[in-house]
Amino acid sequence: MKNRLNVFFLIFGCILLISFIQKLDDHKISKKNVELIIPKGFPKPNYDFTTNKLTPDGFVLGRKLFYDPILSKDSSISCQSCHQRVAAFAHIDHALSHGFDGKIGTRNVPALQNLIWKDAYMADGGVNNLEVQPINPITNPIEMNESLAHVISKLKQNKEYVILFKKAFKDNVVNSECLLKALAQFTGLMISANSRYDKYVAKKDTFSLQEINGLKLFRAKCEGCHKEPLFTDNSYRNNGLNPDSSLNDTGRGKITKTETDNYKFKVPSLRNIEVTFPYMHDGRYRKLKDVLIHYSTSLNHNSTADEEINKIGELSDKERKDIIAFLLTLTDKEFLNDRRFINPNKR
Amino acid sequence: MRNQFQLLLGLFILFTLSPKFLNAQHSSKGMLSIAFNHYVDSLILNLDSTIYKNKFGQPFSISIFKYYIGNVHLKKSNGKEYVSSDYFLINEEEKNSKIIILKNIPQGEYTSVSFIIGVDSIHNCSGAQSGALDETNGMFWAWNSGYIFLKLEGKSSFSKSSGNNFEYHIGGFKFPENSIRTVSLKYEQPLLIENDKIALLNIKVNAAEILKNPTNIDFRILSTVTDNKNASIIADNYKDMFTIQK
Repeated sequence: MKNRLNVFFLIFGCILLISFIQKLDDHKISKKNVELIIPKGFPKPNYDFTTNKLTPDGFVLGRKLFYDPILSKDSSISCQSCHQRVAAFAHIDHALSHGFDGKIGTRNVPALQNLIWKDAYMADGGVNNLEVQPINPITNPIEMNESLAHVISKLKQNKEYVILFKKAFKDNVVNSECLLKALAQFTGLMISANSRYDKYVAKKDTFSLQEINGLKLFRAKCEGCHKEPLFTDNSYRNNGLNPDSSLNDTGRGKITKTETDNYKFKVPSLRNIEVTFPYMHDGRYRKLKDVLIHYSTSLNHNSTADEEINKIGELSDKERKDIIAFLLTLTDKEFLNDRRFINPNKR
Repeated sequence: MRNQFQLLLGLFILFTLSPKFLNAQHSSKGMLSIAFNHYVDSLILNLDSTIYKNKFGQPFSISIFKYYIGNVHLKKSNGKEYVSSDYFLINEEEKNSKIIILKNIPQGEYTSVSFIIGVDSIHNCSGAQSGALDETNGMFWAWNSGYIFLKLEGKSSFSKSSGNNFEYHIGGFKFPENSIRTVSLKYEQPLLIENDKIALLNIKVNAAEILKNPTNIDFRILSTVTDNKNASIIADNYKDMFTIQK
């Protein structure tokens, strides 16, 4: 009798486990999954979904598009080709990324996180709204090399997409507005605010002495540009790197046509910096140590180099290690493992 | 009997108060159709086939001519205005795009029309849009977000660009390189808008103005404008290209 009961429980347990795994595998998105929750201490977002209501169907469509190479000319490249989930949607171990026909880009792929708090997109800030950002990689000849109009015509011929668009946007047909809004629903919910640092600030976790010292140093030397809690002040600055003549990238100056803006780039967030290597706008440094060495010693103080970097001064070995120990507390495992963002096409 | 009368009266009041009836009673709206007729000075604009001459006598042909019209205002002599919030992409290549229809215009006599050539700053920052402002229309700069207000492309043997092409893509909504221009046209005879009727307004659009007045464009010197640099010069030229046709 006891044995039979055990067997019963074992079978019951197996069924529960299988249904649980299936549920996870199903990539189901509930209403709760697409609620916009502003993390405590975060400012009001710049993009707030008022004209693009978050819905499970909109998010699911955006996710499918994000992982689908249909967006590229020869169906070879999807958003995730360069924006990989495990790297906070940066490109693992790629200084510069390869796009259509193996062509190489000119800037390091940024992480995709906390995008709704940005006031402009791209390292030069040329793009003024989250929704229109994807037009750039789609149409860039060295990225996806496709036209927006042709993407729409391909999607219109795809029965699955026609259904998904209708579910997500009701009366609207398959068009670029819905395509871009769906993508914004997916990328806009990529919110990272559950790192050990966040828990420490909320007094739910403790730091080691080294991490505490690293945070103190960070606040004294780095906070001027990498402002908490987003770890960027959304400004454009020249961080003193020697311009790479092979890339000839003048950054913000290209957008504003102002000489004093040449070689300025948007201050990136440092959240999840552990997994977003290599670093800097052109990915020239592979290690955080190299970045800190640059800021403390080998600065090229050219005409537009930012004043804030003079504050850093020399750093001892120990100070460098302490800062890095602190930076590693910005890794947000909950975000990196968030099942909502997993590729739905993978079985 | 009295009760029946009351019932009838009640029904009558209900009927007259019903939204449909009210609408029919008080609707005093008409429509206006505006035709944009494209010319190069006195010649009708023909894409590719016709050769025109600029102020320097340089021959040229036109292959693309399109532009945005928005914020259309119709003004009565008493100052009252009708405002349309729609945008229209007028494209020489698409016949239907050259006639726009404004609806729900209060009836009366209108004395002037004004509109912008281009897209206002709010709509340049509003993200993904559909209709005339759909980004697939090829009138949007992706890398430096903003709409192209006007495109004129063609060929001139004087152009030093590849294939003797010239290409003017005019846009820019931010100070100091703002290329949005407002056009204001007065009617000699007031335009009458009547209930349930469509009035017609013909506007002559002289594409030659893009290349002259006040700045004469020499194809040898300026054959390409694809960002804000020089855009204002061209925009100042074309802001006078619209006139009311009788």
